[in-house]
Amino acid sequence: MTYAIEATGLVKRYGDVTALNGVDLAVPAGSVLGVLGPNGAGKTTAVRILATLLRPDAGTARIGGYDLRRQAHEIRLIIGLAGQYASVDEDLSGLHNLTMVGRLLGLPRAEARRRADDLLAEMDLADAGGRSVKTYSGGMRRRLDLAASLVNRPAVLFLDEPTSGLDPAKRNDMWASIRALANQGSTVLLTTQYLEEADHLADDIVVIDAGRVVAQGSPGDLKRRAGTQTLDIRLVDPSRTAEAAALVAAVVGVEPARHRTAGHLSVPVTGGALMPAVIRRIDDAGVEVAELALRLPSLDDVFLALTGHTARTLEGTTT
Amino acid sequence: MNVTATQGLRQCLELSWRCIVKIRRNPLVLADVLIGPAVFLVLFVYVFGGAIQGSAQDYLDYMVPGVLGLTTLLATMGVGVSLNTDLEKGVFDRLRSLPIWRAAPLIGAIGGDMVRQVVAIAALLGFGTLLGFRVRTDAWSVLAACGLAIAFALAFSWVWVLLALVMKDPQSVQGLGALLIFPLSFASNIFVDPATMPGWLQGFVAINPVRHLMDAIRGLMLDGPVARPLLWTVLWMAGVVLVFVPLALAAYRRRA
Ligand SMILES: Nc1ncnc2c1ncn2[C@@H]1O[C@H](COP(=O)(O)OP(=O)(O)OP(=O)(O)O)[C@@H](O)[C@H]1O
Ligand SMILES: [Mg+2]
Repeated sequence: MTYAIEATGLVKRYGDVTALNGVDLAVPAGSVLGVLGPNGAGKTTAVRILATLLRPDAGTARIGGYDLRRQAHEIRLIIGLAGQYASVDEDLSGLHNLTMVGRLLGLPRAEARRRADDLLAEMDLADAGGRSVKTYSGGMRRRLDLAASLVNRPAVLFLDEPTSGLDPAKRNDMWASIRALANQGSTVLLTTQYLEEADHLADDIVVIDAGRVVAQGSPGDLKRRAGTQTLDIRLVDPSRTAEAAALVAAVVGVEPARHRTAGHLSVPVTGGALMPAVIRRIDDAGVEVAELALRLPSLDDVFLALTGHTARTLEGTTT
Repeated sequence: MNVTATQGLRQCLELSWRCIVKIRRNPLVLADVLIGPAVFLVLFVYVFGGAIQGSAQDYLDYMVPGVLGLTTLLATMGVGVSLNTDLEKGVFDRLRSLPIWRAAPLIGAIGGDMVRQVVAIAALLGFGTLLGFRVRTDAWSVLAACGLAIAFALAFSWVWVLLALVMKDPQSVQGLGALLIFPLSFASNIFVDPATMPGWLQGFVAINPVRHLMDAIRGLMLDGPVARPLLWTVLWMAGVVLVFVPLALAAYRRRA
C-alpha cells in the first residue's frame, strides 16, 4: 500500500507543554483520515507540522513520498491547507485572494482568474467574490479559505476543523465538498471534535489526546470497541461516584467513564445480561441509583471511553 | 534554491501588488503619508521657525529636505504594521504553505510600502513648493535626493521586518519602532543645527546615519557638498542591510 502521509514519532514541545508526544500516522493514498481529539489534544500542531509550517522537535514524516525536513518545497507543491482559523486577507476581495494564490503558484493571469471564478462558484461564493472579505460571514470565510487551499488541485489536503463555526446546512455542504474531493482521488486529513463528522467522512479515525494516539481504526471498529451497548448510571449521591465506579468495574471488567456532571457514569457492555448484575452489586453496597439506562453507544461514548477519565486504562487494551 | 530568480521576483511583485490593491480599495490608508509632511512642515517652519533662525525662508529651505528624510523614515512603519497584521491574521500561514520563495512575503511587504514613500515625497515637495520652497539645484539632483531617501527607507525597512517578526501585535511594533525613530531623527540635524547641542549628543549626531542622509539630501537640493555624506549614507545602508537582513531571516525561520 502506498501512503500519502506517513509520520513516525512526531514530538513538539512549547516550553513545558508537550503538544505532541510521539504521534504516528499512516494515511493510504486516496483515503480520508479523521483525527479526533478534544481541545488541546494536539490536532492543530500535528496539521501544522505536516503542512510544513512548524518544525517538529523529533520524528520524521513523508508527504507524497517527500521528506518533511529536506523536501518541504516539493511538499508545498502537492498539498493544500485550510487552517483552523481562515487565513485570508480581509482587506482584499474574495476573488483577489484566490487570484493572488493562483499567481503565486505561477498561473498566467487569465488562468488564475478562471480558476478563482470556478472555485468561487463551487464554494457558493460567486455573488460575494468582488466584495471585501471583511464583509464575509464566518462560514463564507471558511469556504473561501478552503477554496484558496484548492487552487493548486492538491493531492494531499489538510483540513483543520473544517466545519467549526458552520451552521448545520453549511456543514452538510462542506461535508459534500470534502467527500467530492476524496472521490476525485485526493488524500484528506481532517481534524474534528465531532465523532459524527469523522464517522461521516473518514475511512479511518485516529483518536488523539494530550499529544498521543489513544486509539485508531475504522469508525465501525471504534464503535465495536466501546461495546455493543452503553449502560448509563446516575447516582443520587455524587460523592459515592468512585465507590460505584469500582463496583461497576468489578462486574463489567471495564473501568466506567465519568461524565463531567458529577455522579454520572457510562460503561460499555455487550448485551443487556450484565445489567441486573450491576444493579444488584450497587444495591448491595447501599449506593442509591437515580437513573439506569441501556442504550446504543454513540460515538461520543467511544470518545469518552478512549479519551475521558479512564483513557489510561483503556490505552493498554485498545491500542 | 527551488524557485528560479524570475519566479521569485514575480512572486515579490505579486505580493507588492497586493499592497497597492489595498490602497486602491481604501485610499484612507495613505492619510498619514499625505497629511503628515504638511503637518510637519507647518509645525516646524511656523511654530519653531521664528525662534530658531533669522529668516522664515531660510528655515523653510532647511526644513523641506529635513522633512523629506523624516517622512520616508516614518513611512517605513507601514512595513512593520502590515507584516505583523499578516502574521496575526494568518495570511502568513497561507503564504508559507505555498511553494514560493521563502523571502517573497517579506520583500513583497517592503516593495508594497514604496508606494507610501513616493506619495509622502510627492506630498511634501508639493506642499513645500506651495509654501515657497525653491530648489537651488536642478531636477536631476532632486530626483537623486528622493531616490536616496527611498533607498535609505528600503534598507531601514528591514529593521521593521525584524520587529514585525519578533513582536506580538502591531501596536507594540509601532511603539518600539517609534522609540527607535525618535532619537534617530531628533538627535540629528533634521530640525536644528547640532552645534547648539551638548558635546556628548554631538558625538551621537556625528555617527547618526540620519544625519549623513540629511547632509546628502540637503547637498543635493540646496547645492552643498554631496560626495562625503553620500558615501557615509551608502555605507550605513549597507551596514543596516548586512546586519538586519540576516537577523530578520533568522527570526522568520524561527517563527516557522
Ligand atoms: N504557540 C504555542 N505556544 C505555547 N503552547 C502552545 C502553542 N500552540 C499550541 N500550544 C499548546 O499545545 C497544545 C496542543 O495545542 P493544539 O492547538 O495543537 O490543540 P488542538 O487539538 O488543535 O486544540 P483545539 O481543538 O482547541 O484547536 C495545547 O496545550 C496548547 O496550549
Ligand atoms: Mg486546533
